[in-house]
Amino acid sequence: MPAINAPMRSNWLRYFLRRNYRTIIAFAMLVILFIAYLLVYPGRLSDQFFCAWANQGAGLAFAAVGQTLVVLTSGIDMSIGSVFALTNCIASVFLNGDLYHILIALILILGAGICCGLINGMLISYTRIQPIILTIATGAVYYGIALFIRPVSGGSVSEALSDALTYNIFHIPTSLMLLFGTLILFWVLLKRTKLYIGIYAIGSSEKSAFMSGVKVRQAKVAAYMFSGLFASLGGLFLSLQTLTGDALIGNTYTLNSVAATVIGGTALAGGTGAIFGSVIGSYLLRTLKGLMFFAGIAPMAQPLFEGIVLMCALSIGSIRLLGMKSKIEIFR
Amino acid sequence: MGSKDLVIRMNGISKRYAAVEALKDVNLECFAGSIHAIVGENGAGKSTLIKIVAGVTQPNTGSLFLDGELVQFRSPQDAIRKSILCVFQELSIIPDLTVAENISILAKSNGVSRFVSSKAKRQKAEEVLSRIKCYDIDPRELCSDLPLSRLQLVEIARALACDPRILILDEATSALTAADSEKIFELCATLRDQGVSILYITHHLREVDLLADTCSVFRNGERIETFAVGTRSQKEIISMMIGRPISKQFPEKKGCLANQKQKILSIEHLSWHNKIRDVSFTISQGEIVGLGGIDGQGQKDLLFALFGVLRHVRATVHIGTNNLPLKGPSALIESADKVVLIPEDRKREGLFPTMSILKNVSLASLSRFTAGPFINRKKEIEHVMSMLQSLHVKVGNIHDSIDSLSGGNQQKIILAKWLLLEAQFLLLNDPTRGIDVATKQDIYTLLRGLAEQGKSILIYTTDYEELIGLCDRVIIMYKGQIRKILVGDEISEANILTASLDLQK
Amino acid sequence: MRIARNPALVSLSGTVFVMVVGGIIFPQVFSLNYLRQQLQIASFLGIAATGAMLVILIGGIDLSLPWVLTAAGIISCTLSGRGVLISIGAGLLVGLVAGLANGLGAAILRIPSIIWSLAVNFIFLGICVFITGGFMPQGHPTAIIKTIGIGRTLGVPNIILFWCVLSVYIILTLGQTRFGRFIYAVGQNEKVSFLSGIRTRRIIILIFVMSGICNAITGIMLSGYSNQAFQAMGDPYLIPAIAAVVIGGTSISGGSGTYLGTVIGVIFITYLSSLLSVLQVPEAGRQIFFGVIIIAMTLSYSRKKEER
Repeated sequence: MPAINAPMRSNWLRYFLRRNYRTIIAFAMLVILFIAYLLVYPGRLSDQFFCAWANQGAGLAFAAVGQTLVVLTSGIDMSIGSVFALTNCIASVFLNGDLYHILIALILILGAGICCGLINGMLISYTRIQPIILTIATGAVYYGIALFIRPVSGGSVSEALSDALTYNIFHIPTSLMLLFGTLILFWVLLKRTKLYIGIYAIGSSEKSAFMSGVKVRQAKVAAYMFSGLFASLGGLFLSLQTLTGDALIGNTYTLNSVAATVIGGTALAGGTGAIFGSVIGSYLLRTLKGLMFFAGIAPMAQPLFEGIVLMCALSIGSIRLLGMKSKIEIFR
Repeated sequence: MGSKDLVIRMNGISKRYAAVEALKDVNLECFAGSIHAIVGENGAGKSTLIKIVAGVTQPNTGSLFLDGELVQFRSPQDAIRKSILCVFQELSIIPDLTVAENISILAKSNGVSRFVSSKAKRQKAEEVLSRIKCYDIDPRELCSDLPLSRLQLVEIARALACDPRILILDEATSALTAADSEKIFELCATLRDQGVSILYITHHLREVDLLADTCSVFRNGERIETFAVGTRSQKEIISMMIGRPISKQFPEKKGCLANQKQKILSIEHLSWHNKIRDVSFTISQGEIVGLGGIDGQGQKDLLFALFGVLRHVRATVHIGTNNLPLKGPSALIESADKVVLIPEDRKREGLFPTMSILKNVSLASLSRFTAGPFINRKKEIEHVMSMLQSLHVKVGNIHDSIDSLSGGNQQKIILAKWLLLEAQFLLLNDPTRGIDVATKQDIYTLLRGLAEQGKSILIYTTDYEELIGLCDRVIIMYKGQIRKILVGDEISEANILTASLDLQK
Repeated sequence: MRIARNPALVSLSGTVFVMVVGGIIFPQVFSLNYLRQQLQIASFLGIAATGAMLVILIGGIDLSLPWVLTAAGIISCTLSGRGVLISIGAGLLVGLVAGLANGLGAAILRIPSIIWSLAVNFIFLGICVFITGGFMPQGHPTAIIKTIGIGRTLGVPNIILFWCVLSVYIILTLGQTRFGRFIYAVGQNEKVSFLSGIRTRRIIILIFVMSGICNAITGIMLSGYSNQAFQAMGDPYLIPAIAAVVIGGTSISGGSGTYLGTVIGVIFITYLSSLLSVLQVPEAGRQIFFGVIIIAMTLSYSRKKEER
């Protein structure tokens, strides 16, 4: 009695909401904050304004995307900030000169990110070391390399390249185009592959994924490799923005990438979430910062305020605990 | 019946896990177009056997032949690619994916196309689900939102989607209703007629008679005998399974002590979220009260409610004249008369697998062995040893981890842990599920003994024989309410069934 | 190798190895003076690592160490004019509040401690920035704090004595008390612990509070040692503390590990660190070295049993 077929069209929305409600809430929050930001901004709302806003969030967005892929496998990448800093430093040394040198530099930068990610992924897949401690350790190594390359912040980056990629084309900030361009490419290439669904499966239940024929090891290596790749894209973009390299910026990007991931709707336990959500989460955090800056909150109170808002954002997910019917539901 | 092709042959398969020999030199043959039932107690080696065929684990010695050729499965994928599909008892459903995605993820391992759209996945899922006549599962549903019975059907659908040549079903109907089980039986019959070779593991001998044409009995890692279904009686099969003739299982009921009325546990108007509706009853000292009825009618929830695990419970509970607030497990364990719950799921609710036997047993009752803030080790060891002895648990060294014990012994350890508290009220959640017969009998004797000492016992079990043989009273629940309370001689299979299915109005 | 199975032995051999190598290059490594100096430095890390270990034992992690430490140091120095009790009390209060915040997140809001304690860390950074206005913190520690931080009794630095007393307390608690058993139980499986009658919420909150107080004590003592508090004084302690705990054999997923292992891990890292600075290895090299060592040593532990 296939009576169920009839109402299916209308049920599409219900299933979509069920799967993505956290990301949708994050998006709603972003819209609200952005409107508040628009209202508070003292200057003219020009192209310049949108560009600056887009640029501020792009670096973190790249890092957050990388972090999300790892978190989806129920791992974590505490080295993402260090890879970010490392590629930033490499850029400050090599990303100069003519087209030939620039291309070489780009290969170096992205290659470094991929290598770091590969090392993380291989170690996590083939040894029993937990991701958190392993990536803290590799993070220290990558940070050390970054320090090696650029002991003191400085260096230079091709201004021509920077100009080309940090302004806008037809009123749309180039940074956003790069960001979404990369994501769409990623989406198109990978969305329907076994790898993509395998990453979700591993985070949901590694054992079941294994039994279902998912190539667990390879998927994990891929996730960490992509994390490194996206971190390097972020570091690259930051260098185009700041025109310098600094080994110390890594720390805040690690924290913020995890926060953006969580706020964007991805569970730290893995298995559910959306990469797009992490982009939203990144811009949420950055918009918040800008909002506080222009809302006239005393500069010395801003980090504190930021921290409190971050905590509130993280706590939102806990509201579901109120409806909990059994005390053991909270234990996974 | 014409001659059938030999599909799988296992030759001299042995498997050892640390100190335990799970399989000893097993030979087995499976033919196309046949349903081969495998029966045996827990720990007999059935799970290990199918794990080897399914590629989840590898044998230490022996060989596996598929269509006459030697094969080695290094991973489940290898087996899946050869169209050997296994539906395990522990579901391998990925909770955060939809039904359609779960079905297609397995099918993809079969080498089916690399890029499959959501729509195609959904259609495939619908097609497969309709083959098992499952029309109420929407393929777009997230598996974490589905109850266990639906998940088991999805698991079977997954295997079906890969067009298996060999299908292994491990306790495939354990969570299903009678109606759903019928669908599965039909499916098996259909597949058999199409030439699929089915390995069917079950605890229910009735199913063997219904479905299978061949049956193999396993015991202690060895294949005892293989015979055509119908050529051995149930009694013979059971005695092959346990290795000795069955003796009387249940100790004599003595009835409850009439004079001791102070410690009557009385539950009034207990309700919880429509899953338990206005339940009221009492348990006197020395009574063993059973909770019966179809699975999932609120029995387990009732036990959890009484142990303080559920929230938003409305109830008035007294012990004698004293009020008992259902605050939580720690409060109830520490209350004057002590209420304890012996959980259903050994591995996930009852034990710490890496902790030593000693520490597992003493954990809940440590306050008995403390002098000031410190634990008196000597006293702890003494008490734990004597408790283990009284339960006939043989342990090499109490400092060994629990892992080294068999399932039955692990259950006894859990009992030891709770008995050490000397609680007045014991709640038991299906304590003998998956336990071998010998240990079951020990547990029955133990429970009856406790009742005679004046303890009050509330036990939930899915085994009719236990309800009939062990309990003084049986409370049948249906849709969260008490349908009927059977006392003494009223407790019979017929009465239980009638009340469970709500046939009387 | 049988030695590789016991983490404490591995780190002990590592420490001995480092000492020997160091001694060959610089003979004064074997002097009593050097040993005393190293143990003094190690004590600060040791107190911080104690808090870290307790949290890791219950399956969490406390990433708020850096700024709770700094905040406690800054606040106790700023208030040193109001007397010893207020000075130390305020510093400890920082640790208590941080611990409660962390514990609340973990036990009640059920937010993974990785991200929550990072947020708490950030809040205390904000508090420090707010209080000091971004400048150097004012004030100097009271005399008593200085005595513990840098003073000596009978030739032994007081901080070492403090760490010893703390160690005894922790070893006794973890090994011989109910509380200790409960800690390991919660770390192994919170659900089973709850169903066994353990008040898991209380234990989680208590452990985070203990960690917060350990971090605060480290900050207060450190300010006594340096005669002032300074911004980011806690940053160099987080990774070494976690590394010490992990190298000492405590599993990062919780439920197993000994305090003795952590002690050895702390001493190992301290010796390694000072050897590297004596060899004038730049910060870059030290970071790389540390990362590699952590990986190498955790690689040699924990063989997972085959799953049934």
